Amino acid sequence: MNDIWEILPGLGDKLAAHVVLSASAIGLAMLIALPMAVWASRSQVVSRLALSLASLVQTIPALALLALFFPLLLSLRAVFGEGLPTLGFLPALMALTLYALLPILRNAVTAQANLDPGVLEAADGVGMTKWQKLVLVEAPLSAPFIMAGIRTASVWTIGAATLATTIGQPSLGDPIFAGLQTQNWALVLAGCLASAGLALAADNLLWVIEIGLAKRSRWMTFGGMAVVALGILAALWAQSTGSDERRIVIASKQFSEQYILAQLIGSRLEAAGYAVEYRDGLGSAVVHSAVASSSIDISVDYTGTIWTNYLNRSDNPGREAMYETIREWEWRQNGVKVLGRLGFENAYAFAMRADRAQELGVTSLADLVGKAPKLTVGGDPEFFERPEWLAVRDAYGLRFGQSRNFAPTFMYNALQSGEADVISAYTSDGRIAADRLVVLADPKGALPSYDALLMLSPRIAGDKGVIAALEPLLGAISVEAMRDANLAVDREDAQKLTPKAAAAELAKKSGL
Amino acid sequence: MNAAPPLLRFDGVICRFGAVTAVDDVSCDIASGSFVALVGASGSGKSTLLKTVNTLVEPTEGRVLFGGEDVAHLKPARLRRRVGYVFQGIGLFPHMSVAENIAIGPRLTGEKLPPERIAELLALVELDPAFASRMPDELSGGQRQRVGVARALAGEPELLIMDEPFGALDPVTRDALGRKVRELHERLGLTTVMVTHDMAEALLLADRVLVMDKGLLSADETPRALLAGAGGAVAQGLVAVPRQQAERLAAMESSGERGA
Repeated sequence: MNDIWEILPGLGDKLAAHVVLSASAIGLAMLIALPMAVWASRSQVVSRLALSLASLVQTIPALALLALFFPLLLSLRAVFGEGLPTLGFLPALMALTLYALLPILRNAVTAQANLDPGVLEAADGVGMTKWQKLVLVEAPLSAPFIMAGIRTASVWTIGAATLATTIGQPSLGDPIFAGLQTQNWALVLAGCLASAGLALAADNLLWVIEIGLAKRSRWMTFGGMAVVALGILAALWAQSTGSDERRIVIASKQFSEQYILAQLIGSRLEAAGYAVEYRDGLGSAVVHSAVASSSIDISVDYTGTIWTNYLNRSDNPGREAMYETIREWEWRQNGVKVLGRLGFENAYAFAMRADRAQELGVTSLADLVGKAPKLTVGGDPEFFERPEWLAVRDAYGLRFGQSRNFAPTFMYNALQSGEADVISAYTSDGRIAADRLVVLADPKGALPSYDALLMLSPRIAGDKGVIAALEPLLGAISVEAMRDANLAVDREDAQKLTPKAAAAELAKKSGL
Repeated sequence: MNAAPPLLRFDGVICRFGAVTAVDDVSCDIASGSFVALVGASGSGKSTLLKTVNTLVEPTEGRVLFGGEDVAHLKPARLRRRVGYVFQGIGLFPHMSVAENIAIGPRLTGEKLPPERIAELLALVELDPAFASRMPDELSGGQRQRVGVARALAGEPELLIMDEPFGALDPVTRDALGRKVRELHERLGLTTVMVTHDMAEALLLADRVLVMDKGLLSADETPRALLAGAGGAVAQGLVAVPRQQAERLAAMESSGERGA
């Protein structure tokens, strides 16, 4: 675990992004919550309404709240035009702001409600206007309690900001999500340590300000505020340097193969003299629109995914026809250039442990039909919502006794431990070979093909340098080479490689 | 009728809160320079009537005239600077020093009180000038209300209105502060209206006693007249309490033993 100390210094830019995002969200939440609290103190109805709304927001899991802003902003493009960003900073800021509202609002409202009525009567008695009463009496007396609310909000927000990674906003969640997917625990711990450290630091600094306000110590109040301001300024400065030239942004979804291919693409572009930036651990649905809107420049996507999710097709015209149709559609519809196929498929398939398959006498999906009601099927979190599953289910009339969701890397563990009898595997997955799993045949051809595609955003679709650097990848990667690389990242023994090292191995093996 | 116009006039004042009528058509004049006590049981409407003077309560009907002007037409900040207000809750601002508390009224109208004036106001209520830099939570209850009185006097008001000003103080402090306020009333030429439920306090400090009962003004007499039996049943009921206490104490003193 000594690796942690090597990883931490490299997280500087993620930390800066994390600080800027969290501080903006808390700042915006204060701008909304404090005037609202003043209004609420003058009206019972507003008070009750505001607090229930803020509480309602809290019941939505942070991850879902972040994800919900993507479709919301997408629909708002009808009003604000195509320039409205749907991923990255804006939706993350909005979701986290909503999340930070409750503690600030609740403490501010409570503080106002608990002010000494004698003091308020005196304020009126000496002739204060409503505004003077607010500024000279209510605000200074409520300040320590409001500060306590801001502290709570800060700790929550800094924690929840790690989830912003999933909607394409860089944060300390990047190493956490990347580490979880590649089972690189040092990376996960480094990300957790950094965000926990940041939360603790913020909590303590704000505590100093709170005590300063309560004891009316200007030294503590302004000292604490100065350090907070310095921290935010430093993060802003760190973010602004080096972002002058637009880098090429490479996306990866939340599984090992994507991390490896992103590194492979990145290393080739760097060798060709480009500055690159990795946006790791994005949600699958997010990546496609991010490339179309050029908020991300390069991604690896799969024909079957695009076919069912974006062309909304459920037929299966065959591998070549599917590829050509997608290529033409992406260019016409989104301005996205499908540079070509990498050479391997990462299709959905159903896999079982060899001994279990033999015991049940199952070799194909058709054999499974009669046994399924007594079996448990495991899938990745999106699998049971996907058209592929519906197609297979309806084509064979499969009815499993139970279905469970697992993170992709944990599905295989579930199969080994018997928590699942059948899993939705991926054909390029190294663990199929490593665990000697049986891939069930698909005699009815219900599962579409999943050729890996190299996608270029409209912004770089005509960049000859990029195309020249990436063209050698087309058709160069065999499914066996990809499996080996995936296994090297997923395994947990001494031969485990980082995605970067696995990408280098893969390049060598593929003659690049 | 008196030649001098009254400083304060209640003209058919009615205050309703929902179904409750706290003040029910009160009219009376208060002459400049007088010390008036407004006495009554809890809920008789005396505090509500008092608060119509500095517009903390707005009458449902009727008018309150201060120096001939309807208080509803005066700017609250200006009005309240001319009307010093002392009340049972005291309400010193806990985040401000004694000096800042005293100077708050003038500060609101853009005037900064010099330290000498603060010291002078502290001296008026018999507090050491060193108190200026203290915070309210370092003071005793009596000291706090002295600061409260100093704050009410800081704007050089023409009228001092007090709502149970000594209600929360111990009897010794209460008596001392009562005498002090009466002395300041004389010295500064104030007009004073004091709400209290304690008839003894009213009789000893005021030169005119108004008795309120269920929102109505039931008596308007001098202390001497009240002691002589004027003012009706409610007023006499209130006067009877301190009188009997005094008689029992006197009897105890002359017989030299407890009980009779």
